[in-house]
Amino acid sequence: MFALEIENLSFTYPDLTPALEDVSLQIKRKKKTAILGANGSGKTTLIYHLNGIIPAQQGRVKVLGQQVDKKNMQEVRKAVGLLFDNPDNQLFSTTVFNDIAFGPRNLKLDPDTMTRRVQEALERVGIRELAERPPYCLSLGQKKRAAIAGLLAMKPRVLAFDEPFSGLDPEVADQFREILDELVEEGATLVFSTHDVNLAYGWADEVVIMKAGRVLTAGTYDLLRDGQVLKEAALPLPLLAQLFRNSHEQPRTVEEAAALVEPGSGRLKAVDSSR
Amino acid sequence: MRSLTLGHYLPGNSLLHRMDPRVKLVSLLVLIIALFVIETFLGFMLFGSFIFMIFLSTRLPWRYFFRGLRPVFLIVLITLILHFLFTKGGQVYVRWGPLTVEEAGIYLGSFMTLRLVLLVTTTVMITLTTSPIAFADGIEYLLRPFRRMGVPGHEIAMMMTIALRFIPTLMEEGDKIRKAQMARGADFETGNIFRRARNLVPLLVPLFVSAFRRADELAVAMEARCYRGGQGRTRLRELQARPLDYYGLTTVTAILVFIILTGV
Repeated sequence: MFALEIENLSFTYPDLTPALEDVSLQIKRKKKTAILGANGSGKTTLIYHLNGIIPAQQGRVKVLGQQVDKKNMQEVRKAVGLLFDNPDNQLFSTTVFNDIAFGPRNLKLDPDTMTRRVQEALERVGIRELAERPPYCLSLGQKKRAAIAGLLAMKPRVLAFDEPFSGLDPEVADQFREILDELVEEGATLVFSTHDVNLAYGWADEVVIMKAGRVLTAGTYDLLRDGQVLKEAALPLPLLAQLFRNSHEQPRTVEEAAALVEPGSGRLKAVDSSR
Repeated sequence: MRSLTLGHYLPGNSLLHRMDPRVKLVSLLVLIIALFVIETFLGFMLFGSFIFMIFLSTRLPWRYFFRGLRPVFLIVLITLILHFLFTKGGQVYVRWGPLTVEEAGIYLGSFMTLRLVLLVTTTVMITLTTSPIAFADGIEYLLRPFRRMGVPGHEIAMMMTIALRFIPTLMEEGDKIRKAQMARGADFETGNIFRRARNLVPLLVPLFVSAFRRADELAVAMEARCYRGGQGRTRLRELQARPLDYYGLTTVTAILVFIILTGV
């Protein structure tokens, strides 16, 4: 069974901008799926559909096998944690603690369980000391952590993140990936939108490439070596895919690539001369 | 949520559109006084045809005219019913149990209704043809003489302008907060009207907090650009009355004088 199934989904905004056209997709469980596309390709609109913030106009969205409709909206929103691209849009309470507790309160948990969950979530993202601070006084990295903690406190099985790494410095972005890797290892499914092909190539298991509201192609990260598809989507080739275009070896990370370089000469250990 | 039109200003190029906002405000005041001086149905008819002619000259679509009346429809209806049922005097037209509809009731009821409708249409016509910014400018100018009495005219106008500018921003903000809360299981869509109203409370608190924060930031940004209130500040749009404005003002004053002298 898939974590998310999207069938023939179309959506047009009230100002008649078409955002999604006949999108069909399946998102595998316990994988990290990157939704790639240029600005305005429909990534965010698609993400917002995943927990019913935007209800489907045409087509269907299934979450963990259950079709999203008005009746099961609360269940869906509990199952899918949605992270907005700008944490300022997500944090609204007067303190970080209250903000994280907002979701658990809606789940009508008893106060003890609620407090415990908030504490766990704060620990998890490493912002325990910020609990009593007002969210708008935090740095962007801290705000993103607080926003993620707000989702984790609801124990979602699917994480739908809109541009989770935008605006973060490399160090914080690394810490973020670690947290997310842990969550996926524990059984969560991660779907995230990005236009960073290098990040998707090195980190995602699956990729979905979008253009103008349509899915161009979807599959494993190997798709990101297809220059034609990426060109059509107005995205560049990942740097490592460019460097190793003519090689048998296809490293995904700089570390893997460095291991392929001969010490001393600086040449690649294995260069495919026949191509 | 975002499709709301504010102040219901419709841009155009009619005589009324081009008039000075100060003159329009004063004229409106004169016309309102005239409305309360009118004592006969003939007076209302004359007044009504004057407003009707002006309305035709503005070339505004009729539906806006009626849309302006919609909010007061209930008040008009209640006025009418109360007068019909409870104002006594003269001939009895309808008798229904203890309730009677009498001559004086019908007379006063229709009189009050006409006055209300004309009051609203006159005001709506002015707001439809005056941009909110021009309105604020006009009010600032007209409040100038009262500065000695401690009326902060410039500040009031600046507040109006800023409030108008931030209404769409606040609506957008509210929409964002609503989405963020929905994403985490807040329920705005089900339940009866009282439940839904109560669910709006957690939306309003953060909205107010963010509005205060925004106000604070705006104040700093304004001070950073040397804003120190109205003293000695030059204006971007100098208001200038033209012959047209004097003709307009003369006409409405003439109407008021005519009504007072003839007693229509």
